[in-house]
Amino acid sequence: MLDRTTAPQFKNIEDIHFIKASKHQLANDIPVFIINAGEQELVRIEFIFKNVNWYIQKPLLSLAANTMLNDGTSNLSGAEIANKIDYYGAFFQTEYGLDRSTVVLYSLNKHLPNTLPIIKEVLTDSVYPEKEVDTFINNQKQKLKVSLEKNDFLARRQFSKAIFGDTIYGFSSNLEDYDALNQADLRQHFQQTYHPENCTIVVSGKVNEDILTLLNSLFGAWKSDVVFKPNTVEFKAADDKYHYIEKVQALQSAIRIGMPSINRKHKDFPALQVLNTVLGGYFGSRLMANIREDKGYTYGIGSANVSLEQAGYFFIASEVGTDVCADTLVQIEKEVNILKTQLIGDEELALVKNYLLGSLLGSLENAFSHADKFKNIYFFNQDYEYYTNYINTIKTINAPQLLELANKYWDFDQFYKVIVGKV
Amino acid sequence: MIHFERFTLENGLKVLVHEDHTTPMAVLNILYDVGARDEHPDKTGFAHLFEHLMFGGSINIPSYDEPLQRVGGENNAFTSNDITNYYITLPAVNLETAFWLESDRMLSLAFSEKSLEVQKNVVCEEFKQRYLNQPYGDVWLKLRPLVYKKHSYQWATIGKELSHIENAEMADVKAFFKKHYNPQNAIMVVGGAVDKEKVKELAEKWFGPIPAGEKYHRNLPKEPKQLAEVKETIYADVPLNAIYKAFKMPGKMDKDYPAIDLISDILSQGKSSRLYRNLVKEQQLFSDINAYNFGSLDTGMFIVEGRLNPGISVEIADEAIWAELNQLKKDLVADDELTKVKNKFESTLTFSEMSLLDRAMNIAFYELMGDASLFNTEVDKYLSVTAAHIQEQAQQLFTKEQATTLYYLAK
Repeated sequence: MLDRTTAPQFKNIEDIHFIKASKHQLANDIPVFIINAGEQELVRIEFIFKNVNWYIQKPLLSLAANTMLNDGTSNLSGAEIANKIDYYGAFFQTEYGLDRSTVVLYSLNKHLPNTLPIIKEVLTDSVYPEKEVDTFINNQKQKLKVSLEKNDFLARRQFSKAIFGDTIYGFSSNLEDYDALNQADLRQHFQQTYHPENCTIVVSGKVNEDILTLLNSLFGAWKSDVVFKPNTVEFKAADDKYHYIEKVQALQSAIRIGMPSINRKHKDFPALQVLNTVLGGYFGSRLMANIREDKGYTYGIGSANVSLEQAGYFFIASEVGTDVCADTLVQIEKEVNILKTQLIGDEELALVKNYLLGSLLGSLENAFSHADKFKNIYFFNQDYEYYTNYINTIKTINAPQLLELANKYWDFDQFYKVIVGKV
Repeated sequence: MIHFERFTLENGLKVLVHEDHTTPMAVLNILYDVGARDEHPDKTGFAHLFEHLMFGGSINIPSYDEPLQRVGGENNAFTSNDITNYYITLPAVNLETAFWLESDRMLSLAFSEKSLEVQKNVVCEEFKQRYLNQPYGDVWLKLRPLVYKKHSYQWATIGKELSHIENAEMADVKAFFKKHYNPQNAIMVVGGAVDKEKVKELAEKWFGPIPAGEKYHRNLPKEPKQLAEVKETIYADVPLNAIYKAFKMPGKMDKDYPAIDLISDILSQGKSSRLYRNLVKEQQLFSDINAYNFGSLDTGMFIVEGRLNPGISVEIADEAIWAELNQLKKDLVADDELTKVKNKFESTLTFSEMSLLDRAMNIAFYELMGDASLFNTEVDKYLSVTAAHIQEQAQQLFTKEQATTLYYLAK
């Protein structure tokens, strides 16, 4: 008779294999990192640029200069760029982040000789046509109007503003900020950002010699002497800890709670990731178990440590019924404090450790994910030791260490508490 | 090209095995042939609520998630109008844990009152979060009943209203389980670093003893052909006026589906698409516009939705959409434009095949449609679509009599 009550034997995860990036460079010293893996004849090529020359008077320039990169060059209109890229079944994306602006090309290898020259044109000769700028401003304002009706969006903005103030990490865009965009500023910002000295290339997929040769022939002679200033983010968190935006009609309140914290460069970061997982980092977390699975207050609640290049923060976020918003805050405080006063039980800790290792193993699915893992260390001045250390930390950390960590990094009274809706 | 092998257990459970030894992971995906379309009109949202209850413990295992997380696995599920799909990814060395968990909940749930109470609340909060507390969030609750008069696609998977979920009772849960959750109504796909013989052995061991149950024979009312245009206007607290147009279209298994799917790409895929170029960039009537379909198995909806720029009259914007649709009826699509959307389809498919989970889900879904190997011939069907075929489909699709238009306007 089959015993269905006992779990099958299982094995711990011992080996996690990283495909490491190999370093190359173009004739003009642009570093090229290659992750070669996979069966399909395709690649992802990322051109990554640090954000530069940001200031609060024109806070949207970095974002707009990046997002509008597909809107036209001296020779090609936005429509022509899109047509050519689409014709070859390729994907051209711009990705704007708080630290970096990226241009990504996904292409079948056989089409690279046709698709990559378009990227060159975009990166060296974008002109931001007036008409496209106007359309961009209009469409972004319309989108912002819709977003401003969403409680979770408002909570996110208010939270960032509270901890990072008027910096690139903290500012909230207003409709007027879009109106202030113009072609001359965009062109100048484009020159300052999209610059060989500020460029890193990451290629992942089935990468052969020809690709490096092609990259070199297109980008190896790229020169620029424009002066640029890397961003430095200095912030002072607000004094007010409590931020309440009332929405009388709300059915749910958006909650966002947390504080500035460490980033991936700090030695405690891997351990803090383990602690965060226990609190709110996976489906079986304490916040989920209490607030969703026991009380049914919400569809979801979670927490995370966010690592930015020049800062880090910790947050807990949820959307809950307005009638249970107050009790949700009580429960969150309770869960945070339990981790500061009571040791995590052996079974729970073992489970979280296995979960984290399995999840790391599963996150290394293909060449692209290995490249993402590389970027996570490269831009934080770490090497693959980071992952060895991370895995080791998961395997060896114990409950007293996690308790100490909770006391070192979490203080509910010091948390910023943003609520949008009704309490 | 995705390779797989299949076998069927005596109790009717179909099993497909897709070996891929380039990864250390395994996937176990189970598709149950039940969706929101199979619900009673007075008890809508139930298939989805039931999906939540599937995580509330089974007959021999009090917690579903914990033992899986303990072996390094993750899981989730989704419910659509057509199907309910559950999936696990875990290190392949621990594959048996997935068999143990999935087979026990196919055998029987714990039917815990506490779980029912809590998940009713959770789903009501999901209802609020996604459909009621968002600008335009309730559009599908409004649009579906305008489009469907007979077919059960007339409600969204979340359900018609909160009360349907609040009123769900344990007796309903048990009846639903008996009717739909048995080996005959399920398709299991096991993929990744697994061995076919081992999968066979595990399937026999864990799923073999489950009683076959009764086969559910779907008998849904067919949606009659629409003969007159439907128009409706609603006012809500939203910042921008919006237009939603729906045209009834054949289901995903229909021979004409690839042509229609390509029509939506011609209209709105990417910045070189017609609606974007003409209505957003040139005429500046919309700040955002899209055309798409849901890939439904029964009579589906071809949707065009757009948000208007300030000061633009809804009627003029509506006319402009019609002009684009009429263009497709009048003129043949140029060769380059057709090649473009075909190439894009092909490469999108190639990129999606990088994901083991996507492959497993596709195998299950195509098996449901009749044969998993149809997935491998899908590309050819799209590549063989001609400009004349596109034109012919556009002519059948885009008629006033078959159009449903919802103006969703700012108060």
